[in-house]
Amino acid sequence: MSRRRISLRQELPLLVWLVIVWAALWQNFSPGNLLFGALIAVLVARLFYLPPVELGGRFNVLRAIPFGLHFLTRVVAASFQVLFLAVAKGPKVISAVVAVPLRSHSDLLVTATGHVTALIPGSLVVEVDRSTSTLYIHGINVRNAEDAAQVRRDVRNTEAGLIRIMGTKAELSALNQELGS
Amino acid sequence: MNPETFSGDAVIDAVSAVFMVVGALMSLAAAVGLLRFPDLMTRMHAATKPQVLGLFLLLFALGLQMRTWWVWPVLVVAWIFQLLTVPVSAHMVGRAGYRTKHLHPELLSTDELEAVVQQAAGKSGFTEDDGDAAAGRR
Repeated sequence: MSRRRISLRQELPLLVWLVIVWAALWQNFSPGNLLFGALIAVLVARLFYLPPVELGGRFNVLRAIPFGLHFLTRVVAASFQVLFLAVAKGPKVISAVVAVPLRSHSDLLVTATGHVTALIPGSLVVEVDRSTSTLYIHGINVRNAEDAAQVRRDVRNTEAGLIRIMGTKAELSALNQELGS
Repeated sequence: MNPETFSGDAVIDAVSAVFMVVGALMSLAAAVGLLRFPDLMTRMHAATKPQVLGLFLLLFALGLQMRTWWVWPVLVVAWIFQLLTVPVSAHMVGRAGYRTKHLHPELLSTDELEAVVQQAAGKSGFTEDDGDAAAGRR
């Protein structure tokens, strides 16, 4: 089975990332090393061809920086919350498995939302339903329906942030319409 | 202390000391969580998540102490790989744990996945392992 080839422009983020990893591991950012890294990156990308990741075609850096900072503060807050729960509640902690239907059906956004959610302490992706793009999230210290609604809201906010950063134009306008109405 | 000794070095040392202690605290949190939490899922929270912040703080402190710019790319790459792999491993263990019923239903306030799994299991039997939760609905 031959796959559709992707253009160099679509492959560029992967190649740049491979070169950065190469140079970081050698701890050498001299032009010669970068060039050799680029050569190896192209070779690897050609030889070990993976299904292309379908990017949204846009990346909003201005949205990405606040999102990253917000993510860090939430990680810090939630880390201490899990520490507190471990010490104070321990065996009596109540959790829940919450279904969160997502807006987007793109694999990239579902994966990214799942990743960000899983990285924030207190929530864990148990199951992904790809056909309806629903995430099933195990939340710690979710005691009632209100907490479950909070989990759902948090995940959908995360997704909204990610759509603003790298969703397709169609997803972005759908999001704006939803929030505007 | 005269102004000259109170230079950037002291500040960097202080910041990295704080970061290292807090980072170690996160490892302690993981250990306490593993001992105290009741089932696999809640233990997964404790075991995987403090790494995200703890490792970040420890790597940051390390970068400050090395005082050479070329360690930063390695540290960033190490953290990014951690970010990419932690959720995947947590998801795989959590998913396997859910399917093999390593959880205490009495400690869940709601379980919105159970009905979907029941439905999928009723249609295709428990032997199907690779199908996702939606298998029953297609």
